[in-house]
Amino acid sequence: MPVKSYLAYPLKGAKKALHDAIAKIDYCEVVAAENKDLLIVITDTKTQLEDENTKQQIETISNLKLLTLVSGFNTPKN
Amino acid sequence: MYTSITNRRSFIKKMALASAMTAAATMFPGIIFADEQEKNIPKDADLDWKKGPCRFCGVGCGILVGVENGKAVAVKGDPSSSVNKGLLCVKGYHQIMCIASKDRLTHALVKKNGSYVKTPINDALDLVASKMKQTIKNHGKDSVAMYTSGQSTIPEGYVASKFMKGAIGTNNLDCNARLCMASAVAGFLTTFGADEPMGCYEDIDSADYFITWGNNMAEMHPVLFSRMLEQKNRRDAKIIDFATRTTRSSTASNKSILFEPQTDLAVANAICYEIVNNGWVNTSFVEEHCNFNKGLTKMGYGLEDNYKFKDKPSKISFEEYKEFLEDYTPEKVSKYSKVSVKDIKYLAAIYGDPNKKVVSYWCMGMNQHTRGTWMNNLVYNIHLLTGKISQPGNGPFSLTGQPSACGTAREVGTFTHKLPKGVVTNEKHRRKAAKIWKVPYERIPSKPTYHATEMFRAVDRGDIKFIWTQVTNPLVSLPKTSRYKPGMQKESCFVVVSDVFPTPTSDVADVILPATWHIEKSGLYGNSERRTQHWDKMVEGPGETTDDAWMTIEVAKRMGYGDLFPYSKENHVEEIYNEYRQFHVGKKHNMAPLEVLKSQAGAIWPYVEGKSTQWRFNAAYDPACDNGKDFHFYGKPDGKAVIWQRPYEPAAESPDDEYPFWLNTGRVIEHWHTGSMTRRIPVLHKAVPHSYVELHPEDAKKMKIKNGEKVKVVSRRGSCILPASVNERGLPTIGQVFVPFFDENMMINDVTLDAFCPISKEPDYKKCAVKIIKA
Ligand code: SF4
Repeated sequence: MPVKSYLAYPLKGAKKALHDAIAKIDYCEVVAAENKDLLIVITDTKTQLEDENTKQQIETISNLKLLTLVSGFNTPKN
Repeated sequence: MYTSITNRRSFIKKMALASAMTAAATMFPGIIFADEQEKNIPKDADLDWKKGPCRFCGVGCGILVGVENGKAVAVKGDPSSSVNKGLLCVKGYHQIMCIASKDRLTHALVKKNGSYVKTPINDALDLVASKMKQTIKNHGKDSVAMYTSGQSTIPEGYVASKFMKGAIGTNNLDCNARLCMASAVAGFLTTFGADEPMGCYEDIDSADYFITWGNNMAEMHPVLFSRMLEQKNRRDAKIIDFATRTTRSSTASNKSILFEPQTDLAVANAICYEIVNNGWVNTSFVEEHCNFNKGLTKMGYGLEDNYKFKDKPSKISFEEYKEFLEDYTPEKVSKYSKVSVKDIKYLAAIYGDPNKKVVSYWCMGMNQHTRGTWMNNLVYNIHLLTGKISQPGNGPFSLTGQPSACGTAREVGTFTHKLPKGVVTNEKHRRKAAKIWKVPYERIPSKPTYHATEMFRAVDRGDIKFIWTQVTNPLVSLPKTSRYKPGMQKESCFVVVSDVFPTPTSDVADVILPATWHIEKSGLYGNSERRTQHWDKMVEGPGETTDDAWMTIEVAKRMGYGDLFPYSKENHVEEIYNEYRQFHVGKKHNMAPLEVLKSQAGAIWPYVEGKSTQWRFNAAYDPACDNGKDFHFYGKPDGKAVIWQRPYEPAAESPDDEYPFWLNTGRVIEHWHTGSMTRRIPVLHKAVPHSYVELHPEDAKKMKIKNGEKVKVVSRRGSCILPASVNERGLPTIGQVFVPFFDENMMINDVTLDAFCPISKEPDYKKCAVKIIKA
């Protein structure tokens, strides 16, 4: 049950496009900074495999310059 | 620690988001996630946005608090504030979340037979007044003391001063700003004869270079740092970080220069050497506007109780000063400062170039220094020699830590030696205070008594038998708490603590008084740039919480001083401010009228003819300049500022064979000082849940210490166990460790030394000797 947060840096001028692309991926929530070119991505997946797939999907988006992991939490099943 | 969020999974997602926002704020100070801030606001919310200053740091950002049905539900940056232009840091955004903490102090507590008993506030105030009165009767006026704060509002500080000095007639009043700003004050007074910076934040918009002296602005003054970064990106302004440790500020700067602790004194003199010997002195400015002085040296470090020191300034010539600087050639200084000759010359050349505008910023690194006053003097020397002062984009700028260290501690004067205008040693100043306070002038004693460290020594010795602390947590923030905590626990002293939350200081109290928090009362703060900001009460405080000013007034009335405190409960903040303004009437310090402060995001004093004065001492901007010249340093009788001859002297305690590391202590962006508020804000607490000790990777490797492993930091005074932090947030130099002091469960101040600057009496939290042991 991993929950992870990332900082996603868009290519120049592509913040909105990157935001929309990530928002379409399952298990992802995106929060955009209002005044800088930066997005926060929270992933909330059920299994390790889903977690890895989600990350891979984000990384293949062409408007992404850099994705850095900030924190990862494993929550017990409840 | 209490968290109100019960759904664990959604809480973890919030934590993940908070961590990311905090990390983002590090890379982009001032970054705004507006959607996120406003997400919790119900769609159909009918919010009333109320303005005020941020509760936390001395930057003094303007905030707007969204209130619905009597509850504060959101905070955003005030776009109309020229300080922050709508930006806030991570602490600013989350500040109101502490109010609802479950362990909030809502009622007075009185200790009876070892346990605390909930007591009606009126009974508790009766007890405080009768204990204070009895103590004075039995042991004299100087057996009672008050210790307040740079986080007290202006009216709170003012009534504390009037109560102690004007009503009771003792100078036993000091405050926690002694621990952070006293060296800045002493620096201003010795160089200019007038406290507080001459410039303002607008300097950021026109400086070519920002040189930060021992100041991690990315974490401690994040919104200002963000404004500097904007200038760096927009017009290639340069940031030079001069420090003892690599921090987030260093990595975001154009250049980072590291120096050996305490040798900033020598490097500053070496910069002056270069300026003088390369012909970069602004001769006409110096001749017209400066004197040269020297003072006493080898002053000691105040380590012994009842230590006394008084400087004896004497005039010297420029030639004598030049000769003194011969000991500070870059080559000589480089040897012990570990700053390369090239870097010293690089810094000097920036200051020396007449076509470059330079602002120097500093805060605790220079102030919490056993030669803090000297260090302040030395940076002023650089700006005075080059004439780079009191002009947009050019000037020395001492930043403040606390939100009203300037407005309350310094301007109202809640120090033992101070009055709202001037000092107790000056008869004219005492007469003025006595007149406004309507007390006999003889009642205000002419001699200062205890500064902060000495006040708690006096408690420990049994000389002070009653102490009342307000808005501060000395048993976490004082140096050498290993002495002062047992001191406060002694039966010989009756301890009253007013606070919003329980703290290690309230744990030793005989009476705990429940205080209202920031937005639950009206008030005024004064920030680093001389800006006074007012706010109206926004929400009701819980239970019997009462604002500190009113509790002081109630005790004063019960002690028979009611006629001196004729304020009404509803309007006392306004009435007190209007009385206080009388002290500063005149072009040099006039305070803005309340109507102005209510209508806008603050005003900068001197407020003259409806206008803030942004650059003091410069005739083009400051109506108080009346010597007919371009500049007028009117704080000094002859209108001239002083260039001081101040040497390098070693720290009070340096590493040796037994204690081989320097210990440096400080703050992190997520926490406010001793953490009593921010550790109750779940997102901030979860982001940095405990303290740690930063080690250089090579030192860690040598001692086989891994990241996260518990280590013991030991000094001659005490010890503290913390997890090691290697290659994480900050990077100390080899032979140095760094510990944040916000964590009451990891008491690093049990380890620190209570040495202080003999002139300012401000302790040095940045340098003592420790050893590191695997725990
Ligand atoms: S920079 Fe200081 S004043 Fe501004 S929001 Fe942050 S803590 Fe508050």
